[in-house]
Amino acid sequence: MKFKAVALIGAAALALVAGSASAGDLACLITKNDTNPFFVKMKEGAEAAATAAGLDFQAYAGIKDGDAAPQITAIENCVAAGAKGILITPSNDSVGPALKAAREAGILVIALDTPLADKDAQDITFATDNFEAGTLIGAWAAKTLGDGAATAKIAMLDINHDNISVDVARDTGFLKGFGIEVPDLTVMGSETDARVIGHEQSDANPEGGQKAMETLLAKDPDINVVYTINEPAAEGAFQALKAAGKTALIVSVDGGCPGVANVKAGVIGATSQQYPLLMASKGIEAIVAFAKDGTKPTASEGLSFFNTGVNLVTDAPVEGVESIDSTKGTELCWG
Amino acid sequence: MKGEVTLALLHTGGGTFSGGSDGGTSAAMSDPDTPTKTISDFEAKLGAADTTVAQFDRDDKTTIAKLRGFLRDNPTMIPALVLVISVLGFGIANSRFLGLGALTTVLQQVTVTGFVALAQSVVILTAGIDLSVGEILILSSLVMGNLAVTLGLPAPLAIVIGVAVGTVMGLFNGILVTKMKLPPFIVTLGTLSIFRALKLAYSHSESIRNVDIEEKANFLLFFGNKFKFLGATVTFGMIMLLILAFIMWFALNRTAWGRHVHAIGDDADAAMLSGIAVDKTLISVYGVAGFICGFAGWVAVGRVGTISPIGFETINLDSITAVVIGGTSLFGGRGSIVGSVLGAIIVGVFITGLSLAGVDSYWQTFATGCLVIIAVALDQYLRRASK
Repeated sequence: MKFKAVALIGAAALALVAGSASAGDLACLITKNDTNPFFVKMKEGAEAAATAAGLDFQAYAGIKDGDAAPQITAIENCVAAGAKGILITPSNDSVGPALKAAREAGILVIALDTPLADKDAQDITFATDNFEAGTLIGAWAAKTLGDGAATAKIAMLDINHDNISVDVARDTGFLKGFGIEVPDLTVMGSETDARVIGHEQSDANPEGGQKAMETLLAKDPDINVVYTINEPAAEGAFQALKAAGKTALIVSVDGGCPGVANVKAGVIGATSQQYPLLMASKGIEAIVAFAKDGTKPTASEGLSFFNTGVNLVTDAPVEGVESIDSTKGTELCWG
Repeated sequence: MKGEVTLALLHTGGGTFSGGSDGGTSAAMSDPDTPTKTISDFEAKLGAADTTVAQFDRDDKTTIAKLRGFLRDNPTMIPALVLVISVLGFGIANSRFLGLGALTTVLQQVTVTGFVALAQSVVILTAGIDLSVGEILILSSLVMGNLAVTLGLPAPLAIVIGVAVGTVMGLFNGILVTKMKLPPFIVTLGTLSIFRALKLAYSHSESIRNVDIEEKANFLLFFGNKFKFLGATVTFGMIMLLILAFIMWFALNRTAWGRHVHAIGDDADAAMLSGIAVDKTLISVYGVAGFICGFAGWVAVGRVGTISPIGFETINLDSITAVVIGGTSLFGGRGSIVGSVLGAIIVGVFITGLSLAGVDSYWQTFATGCLVIIAVALDQYLRRASK
């Protein structure tokens, strides 16, 4: 009994000590989850930039892509803690009202990676165009196959079936870039082209990617093009293909250093590289400027958001699709 | 219909009954003119009496009751039957399912779940539950990978340390359950979150690529090696699963430790009163579960090819599903190791079968949920001794 009491008191003390306050302007980063390496790198980049600029930094994350409730809680906590700026990768548009309230409280709100539908919910978006990332790899795949593109068999490895915005953007972008008609660009699976064998859930990790690829191979063993939502899923798909003794053209998005290394090794044919560290550092820069004299950042020319860019990384370039090779990709990569 | 009891009735006349003599004298009540009853009269009547003896009415002649009795005695038959029926059913829905390709894919997919189901079976037999099994598996594989690939330790040593880390995590669960007297569900719910945070912090959410593992620590991929057997692809992992299932079956059914585990699950107080060291046995049970999960981490590296902190998100619930479908009771005390392995295969068959039949993934999850409820309901039905 005594042991139990002492242990419980110790645990409570530890919990209290863990959250201590300090001075300095506060910057908050709220990501969709803390398991995807993309967001982990974003957090590390933001933390480093904030420390360098003398800002306090707090990071929050949701549990799952698409689940906005933990993010709304985090926004309210940041407002209560008196943050100067909030950087957020929104899970979905239901965080809009909470962000609007934050803006009214005088906080700079910057959406990263995914813009919000409601323009008043953010001051600006530092984004990467996920649709463009998809069209680049789609066009590359089609051009690489040449005449074979007309009879290609395509496997689509998405995150899941919940129609998360980044999932839909990359998926439909790939199909559009490949040359497949997509009637409804707001959901996945609206295409009727027989070249698409199926959409399977990969959960954006190697194990899920492997299971999804195996299921699609069981449906049609002659798949020769594989679209994957990100590089961890592509790694899993490669394992499944290797185990079945098959090869296919694998394309992906993200551009993390392990992913670019896979492009070099021939595991992935081409990947669209995005820049989470750039998004994070630009976001912190904007908060610093805002905290100093209230200046707000401006959008890229002709766009409603600040485009942090996307590059196609491949060692087999094709005509008409701009790309950089894996050596350059390694210089720019994150993770 | 209650049992009927019939008794033979002896018809006695009034007055004294003298044994041997013919024509025993009747009492003064009988009429002197009517012939007196003789012994032979009584014996003649005796011959006509009902001679059935007391007995219970037997009611198990119905097929349902016979089947129930059979299933109660052989609990492993239920998952075996379900497996056969579902394989045939999905084969009819899509003939590709019966091809060796699809079937061996299913077996490969459920190998790791099968290992975790073995670990979960032992814990559930003690009327406990372990929600942190998935995290133990991943953290062990991360330790193995980090030591062997990043730090360059020899692979066998890294594996031993990784499995040891898994065992320690299991023992941690066991100590919290026994010494702090906390319910296993609550303890493992807490350690689930603790181990999850540890694994993400330890790995920075980074994966170790297959190319690197092959180069620097190929032994980690040992259980992914395959060979062809009668045209089907069999992995070393599957063979190991069968070996481990046999070892666990032997330990649980033929050793004293196994008897103690069953006894604790059935009634922990009675077990303690009969002299079983309940705390020590429970700690060893959770330690064994941790050991199996750590070992499964090694098998998982061979199966997936990469070491990643993400993935196997639902394996803790999948293992509980497999154990329940396999016929082990969540209330402890009775269960089948073979059933747990069959349960894991059944879940895989359903998911792949439904996928090949073109059914939406929502219905796959729906079907698994229905399976669990039916399995528990069946277990309860069998437990009842009378109607």
